[in-house]
Amino acid sequence: MSLADLSITEAAAGRRSGDHSFVDLFDAVLTRANHTEAQLHCYLVIDHRGARAAAETADGELSAGTDRGPLHGIPIAIKDNMNIDGLETTCASQILSGWVAPYDAHVITRLKEAGAVLVGKTNLDEFAMGSSTENSSYGATRNPWDTTRVPGGSSGGSAASVAVGSSFAALGSDTGGSIRQPGSLCGVVGLKPTYGTVSRRGLVAFSSSLDQIGPLARNVEDSRILLEAIWGHDPGDATSWNGDYPDISAPRVDLRGLRVGVIDQLSGDAFEEAVSDATRSVLDGLSDEGAEVGEVSLPGFDVALAAYYLVAPAEASANLARFDGVRYGLREDGATSEEMMRVTRATGFGPEVLRRILLGTFSLSAGYHDAFYGQAQRIRTHLTAEMNRAYEEYDVLVSPTSPTTAFELGARTADPLSMYFSDVATAPSNLSGHPAISVPVGLDEGGLPIGFQILAPAFGEERMFAVAAEVERLVGFDTRPVLAAELA
Amino acid sequence: MTRWLALTLANVMRQGTSLCRAMAIEIDIAHVARLARLDLDEDQLAHYGAQLDAIVAYAAEVQAVDTSDIPEMSHPMGMENSFRDDVVVPSLDRDQVLEMAPAQEDGAFLVPPSLGDEAEEGDES
Amino acid sequence: MTWAPVVGIEVHVELRTLSKMFCGCAVSFGGAPNTNVCPTCLALPGALPVPNRTALDSIVAIGLALNCDINEHSIFHRKNYFYTDLPKNYQISQFDLPIATDGWLEVDTGEGPRRIRIERAHMEEDTGKSTHVGEGGRIHTAEKTLVDFNRAGTPLVEIVSRPDIHSAVEARAYAQELRALVVELGVSDARMEEGSIRFDANVSIRPHGDSELGTKVEIKNMNSFRSLERAVDHEIGRQIGAMEAGKPIVQETRHWDEAGGLTTSMRGKEGSSDYRYFPDPDLVPLRIDEEWIERIRGTLPELPSTRRQRYLGQGLDSHSAGVLASSDADLRSLHDDAVASGADPTASANWITGEITAWMRRTETEPGDLDLDGARLAEMVGMVADGDLSASAAKDVLDGVLSGEGGPREVAEARDLIQVSDRAAVSEIVGSVLADNPEAVARYRDGEHKVVGFLVGQVMRASGGKADPQLANELLRAQLSG
Repeated sequence: MSLADLSITEAAAGRRSGDHSFVDLFDAVLTRANHTEAQLHCYLVIDHRGARAAAETADGELSAGTDRGPLHGIPIAIKDNMNIDGLETTCASQILSGWVAPYDAHVITRLKEAGAVLVGKTNLDEFAMGSSTENSSYGATRNPWDTTRVPGGSSGGSAASVAVGSSFAALGSDTGGSIRQPGSLCGVVGLKPTYGTVSRRGLVAFSSSLDQIGPLARNVEDSRILLEAIWGHDPGDATSWNGDYPDISAPRVDLRGLRVGVIDQLSGDAFEEAVSDATRSVLDGLSDEGAEVGEVSLPGFDVALAAYYLVAPAEASANLARFDGVRYGLREDGATSEEMMRVTRATGFGPEVLRRILLGTFSLSAGYHDAFYGQAQRIRTHLTAEMNRAYEEYDVLVSPTSPTTAFELGARTADPLSMYFSDVATAPSNLSGHPAISVPVGLDEGGLPIGFQILAPAFGEERMFAVAAEVERLVGFDTRPVLAAELA
Repeated sequence: MTRWLALTLANVMRQGTSLCRAMAIEIDIAHVARLARLDLDEDQLAHYGAQLDAIVAYAAEVQAVDTSDIPEMSHPMGMENSFRDDVVVPSLDRDQVLEMAPAQEDGAFLVPPSLGDEAEEGDES
Repeated sequence: MTWAPVVGIEVHVELRTLSKMFCGCAVSFGGAPNTNVCPTCLALPGALPVPNRTALDSIVAIGLALNCDINEHSIFHRKNYFYTDLPKNYQISQFDLPIATDGWLEVDTGEGPRRIRIERAHMEEDTGKSTHVGEGGRIHTAEKTLVDFNRAGTPLVEIVSRPDIHSAVEARAYAQELRALVVELGVSDARMEEGSIRFDANVSIRPHGDSELGTKVEIKNMNSFRSLERAVDHEIGRQIGAMEAGKPIVQETRHWDEAGGLTTSMRGKEGSSDYRYFPDPDLVPLRIDEEWIERIRGTLPELPSTRRQRYLGQGLDSHSAGVLASSDADLRSLHDDAVASGADPTASANWITGEITAWMRRTETEPGDLDLDGARLAEMVGMVADGDLSASAAKDVLDGVLSGEGGPREVAEARDLIQVSDRAAVSEIVGSVLADNPEAVARYRDGEHKVVGFLVGQVMRASGGKADPQLANELLRAQLSG
């Protein structure tokens, strides 16, 4: 077994008992990347020099008696839509080509303070728009369980890298499922915390009211450690939660009497059989341990995805207006400023981004604003109230994370709507702002991972982690992707 | 495409298309591209126009919910009044700022001549 | 047919906060290009806005001073349009839920005060500045454009009036009154020449007596009160001319050409812009509660209109009240102190707006450097009222006081300017003058009453100019008739 396959807690303990150094951990991750990157393409850039220096510093500090905690010296990968001072941020787009971030995202500051070693920037669907990481202008990332298949998206580079061991854990961003869905497809834990609990400052905005940064990790405990390090109030983000935060230092739950609501709208025929089967077997396991499993109908989920595909593109159309060739990034020639902007934007954005800008612009335009954008925002209120009512009867809601396991590259690229349906189970939590986590619970007959989603009320992270840990224990999922297993 | 997906899609498209017809939605894709300041040729406009028709037909599902009396969501957690004190913090170094610029002159960002006020946002269609 | 002009004015006021509206860059004027910029005001990827609390205090103050309702709930919207000097290509502004609505501002063009209704005052951010380089520096002949983002993100309050203004003169009065108000509040430098206060006018005309509004034309680029008045005046004339020639008025934006003294069409505005407003998801709603409003109300200075009312209440005429109300703060407190020390308000105001202002102009003295306090002014006003000083002597005394020679009585005595208004003393002089001038006495008694003027002159001469001439006149007539 390689050091790259250790959990964060194991790696941290091993350093403190003198089994290995932090530089050893980084070298293990780098070796794994060297063996897998040609096939997977998880990273857009590996910061060899910076990461090694950080690992050396981490070793030095710890030897000198400064212990920054559980992430001290741990190699972490960062989705390339978060700024690291001095490194390029590309968002996998040509329009940002050559742009070097002059400041750290808030989460990066927090990780640096925690002593983490930032390995590099991972691949994504351009501006986080997609569910397969095929919409990267630098080429797709592939799934380490089957390299003919997608890793999911948009945080596909982060998810695949965690799965294969070219990082110990990673940060992703989740706007409609972009952490949980690739987590599910790559067999790792991915979670989106309550909206506002992780600062978005320095995260390149896709849809401001939906975007949340969150961890991808190989187990629930590692993801908890990472969330604890990055969340908290940031006065530099006006939407950052400034009230109390739940204590997630030691999540605990008694399964006996735990009320688990299975979302009707996300079960049955709408999902692949293997996915439904795996979900059912988890529920059986929970029942066996004393949980009260019931079914809950949330009709708002029937229109949630449609609402999502109105809100997200609308906000994106404004958020991406700043990419105009005036101040930074790509500039194409034009006789006038107006022409320069038009050509730059049409050239620099890929097809999915163009499509969503057009869609969002349309849904905000005169005559349609209220019927589309306005209606979608009212549905969010409606959906949230419906979910909150469900939480009066249930402690957590559950569903599969993704309707299917990993699909083949190119399978859904021709039809945008078919790709959009990948988010059907995940997008509602973004609309309501509630937290949700995806935990791997099994493999289908093709050996592809299946994810189980646990949804909790706002600020219900403690309960969410506790239930996720119980599911993890019940299932005992510790299979490694083929690629990692071969290398271990 | 899996069977479930094909069925789901067929179903929503049937519903959505009729909703779109009922709402008399017509997407003037060239106008939308102009608003979004995107230089798309005729083929691209036709391509994206057709895709938008399908997506909007699907998205029109939102009309099925009666939302009278329901307010639009603002902040998901209902936050209000998030401010900063009126304190000056150091600005970026100008060299660093201009290093990003595709073109610069005399400390300023250099761009091709501008047509002026809100050009193109006016009704050209 | 006679035509009634209808004018509404939109005002943009840059607030004088230390930092910008949504970031910590300094608000500055005239710095080297792009030296006050950061990720937020340059719209770098990932940057977020956080509203400046002081700027919101300022707009609440403006709203209250304009007698507006301060809405408990309001939100920031994104106004989407592309322009090179708008970094995000949307402006953070307010749309259907602005901070302040439904107020009024009183203006007086000399025909009595009128209330101009205020539709709204909302918070937004300023753009950067484009310099068009090329022949003539005109936008349409430019070869290239240079953009400086120092101004981008400066807090801006937009104040929109109802179309209640009926003339160019009134438009100017409204603009001046509004400028005085924001200056008084201390929220803006409001320098037209620096663009920190900017006026656009919406002008239309309609047949006298009609209630329906005519087609509206927006005029821009007025950089002084005079040019605002001229531009509105010209535009009203242009529209009347067009209507009478049977030409329709086109809804458009016109550019005021100061040198040419006319407005020229910029661009047709029919089918107006589609700004795709939506609530800014980077910002949370504002809730301005009673406590916040009362805190700001407690800091409001007395405003020009309130002050004018107060002066009118002291008995000042409309002109003096207006002049004094909008005069320098040092002069106003001189007046208030003098009145508090017992001076007649009208006399105090007349001295301040008349002789004292003239003296300052003559000696190039600033109001703050005047060597005069309210007590001394009151003393001098009192000496005139009591007859101790003649009006002309008082001017001398004032000059002495302002020149640092001491208090009014001290100066009057030193310069020997105290009027003799003691009845017995003057009576004695009158007696001796009559005795010395029998011829004049005889002529008076023959009915030549105008000779009394000569006798008053003799009394004044005999008294060394100090006798109260009125008293002398009275006593002369009494003794002559006796």
